[in-house]
Amino acid sequence: MHIVSESITYIFLFIALYIEVFFLITYFEFSEKKLKENSPTSNVGQIKFLSVSIIVPVWNEETTILKTIFSLLKLNYPKENISILIVDDGSTDRTWNVIQKFSRNKQIKLLRKENGGKYTALNYALEFVDTELVGCLDADSFVHPEALKRIVAQFSDEEIMAVTPSIKIFEPKGLLGLIQKAEYMFGIFLRKVFYYLNAIYITPGPFSIFRRSVFDKIGYYRHAHNTEDMEIAMRMQKNNMKIGNVHNAFVYTIAPTNIKTLYKQRLRWVYGFLKNAIDYRDMFFKPQYGNLGMVVLPAAGFSVLSTMYFFGAMVLSWAETLTTQISKILTVGFSWQGFNFDFFYVNTDILVFVSLIAVLGTFLIIATSRGLAEEKNKFGLDSVLFLMFYTFLAPLWMSRAIYNVIFTKETKWR
Amino acid sequence: MEMSWKKYAYTFVITAVIFITAILASNYFSQKKMDEIKNIESRIAVDILASETQFSLLSELSCKEISSGLLSKELATLGDKLSYTEQNRGSDDAEVLNLKKYYSLLQIKDFILMQKIKDRCGSTQTNGGLSIMYFYSNKGDCSDCEREGFVLTKLREDYPELRVYSFDYNLDLSALQTLVSIYNIKKDLPAVLINDKIYYGFKSIDDIKNALPALKAIDAQKAKEVLLKSKQATSTKTN
Repeated sequence: MHIVSESITYIFLFIALYIEVFFLITYFEFSEKKLKENSPTSNVGQIKFLSVSIIVPVWNEETTILKTIFSLLKLNYPKENISILIVDDGSTDRTWNVIQKFSRNKQIKLLRKENGGKYTALNYALEFVDTELVGCLDADSFVHPEALKRIVAQFSDEEIMAVTPSIKIFEPKGLLGLIQKAEYMFGIFLRKVFYYLNAIYITPGPFSIFRRSVFDKIGYYRHAHNTEDMEIAMRMQKNNMKIGNVHNAFVYTIAPTNIKTLYKQRLRWVYGFLKNAIDYRDMFFKPQYGNLGMVVLPAAGFSVLSTMYFFGAMVLSWAETLTTQISKILTVGFSWQGFNFDFFYVNTDILVFVSLIAVLGTFLIIATSRGLAEEKNKFGLDSVLFLMFYTFLAPLWMSRAIYNVIFTKETKWR
Repeated sequence: MEMSWKKYAYTFVITAVIFITAILASNYFSQKKMDEIKNIESRIAVDILASETQFSLLSELSCKEISSGLLSKELATLGDKLSYTEQNRGSDDAEVLNLKKYYSLLQIKDFILMQKIKDRCGSTQTNGGLSIMYFYSNKGDCSDCEREGFVLTKLREDYPELRVYSFDYNLDLSALQTLVSIYNIKKDLPAVLINDKIYYGFKSIDDIKNALPALKAIDAQKAKEVLLKSKQATSTKTN
């Protein structure tokens, strides 16, 4: 049994390291040329201001909706080319009253329907969209004034059918806020790499912009286990539609501040990923889907599996040490002989060296992602907290998501 | 869709190189540790040989010439390092087995030497001649061996003059088997041999102190010293 678990550990570690090396090589291979030659910001000057509609689906968001709308109104983009559609998805609070403030604004259209879930609100609004581009902005998010301009610049590439932004946490507070800040920056790096690999499989709810024709060609949003932003991207990829990314088109989102809401949000994400992965299982390991099918989707699935495996192994090992220590204390009482360093007792196992290299790779990714996120320092307190605690947090929702998938229990939005 | 077969291959090569480097580095340090154990063993062997030579010269020297540090002090360190290595490399590892056999032989030789010195010069020249022989098994058939190990380690920490000789009952070593048959030790482990008497099953610190009253005498001596010191301290204060 020991040999079996040891072999699995080595295989998992090899795959994890392979994925990390692959992503880093990809990033540094493309970043040099793409950032210099093909930067969307570099041709912002000669940008063609395509007409854009932004849909804001709202459900009981009376406290944040105004800030979201104001950030859209402050976008540095010709006013005549932007229209905002606010869809009240049957709110039971004062949201509808609050948004009446914009009833006379010509740029804004207010829509109201019975509650049916986010995807129904988006589809309802899509019926009213006649612009070349259309995007969505969740009511808990705000956009950087230059974000739209930078995104639209990338549509100069005729093949690009959708463009994803970079999402950052709005004023991160507390331990959870800082951990999520680092996690979101990690996401900025990954999305960039996936873009280089033409393998973006999520068009995030906050401010991903699509060509209107996408929905005519492949249909509207689906329920997709409450992760419609992933399903639409998977469907686009299946139909060979290219998805872009602009790393400096920043969108700020309000992060869950307590463990309960974070758990619920992540449970929905992981559950949605697993269910959509099952729905689109025919894309895994299929060369016709390129890097997405061969590396990115399998890597995403592997990350869930390996996190659970390493967490399980760690818990077992700790439990073993704890049992031994308890047995020792019960037998001879507590005794502390002082700390006496001897190199002989330093663990020099293969796993230690491979893990060290993997951690170094993670440091490099963190430093790179902070550069992309335009942070001042290459490393911060958030990075330390992320490295320390994320491994223990993620298994909480991952294990539950796996359980829900096996026993087919749907997750809720809130 | 785009594919990067070449990059997949490059990445595989890089990952494999990292893995191989890790394996080489780990082997290098592992070998260093084995060498360290071998070095300690050879130092102990020299110590024992020196002591034996000194002992055979005893007829011409008085017992006073035998220093209290005659017996090797490194046996305990060696035992700890060997058991750590055994845990990491597994008890089936050929190199570990060899080192363990050699360690067992050194312990037997040390024990015999101590007995001889004790017989000729009395217990004062051998730090009181305190010794315990401990027989264990790590084949999973001795549930109390781990706890007994804690007890003996604790005793060794508290009484540096106590020599604990630990033997793997299942070790394929003729000298050890002879020792087992001389004392008629049954496979009812853990077993401890104190002053030629065998005790089977788990023995607590108190059980062992009862079997080895010299430890209690040390406790009493220590208590006396503490009392004396505190008395001295109070008398200095009152003066």
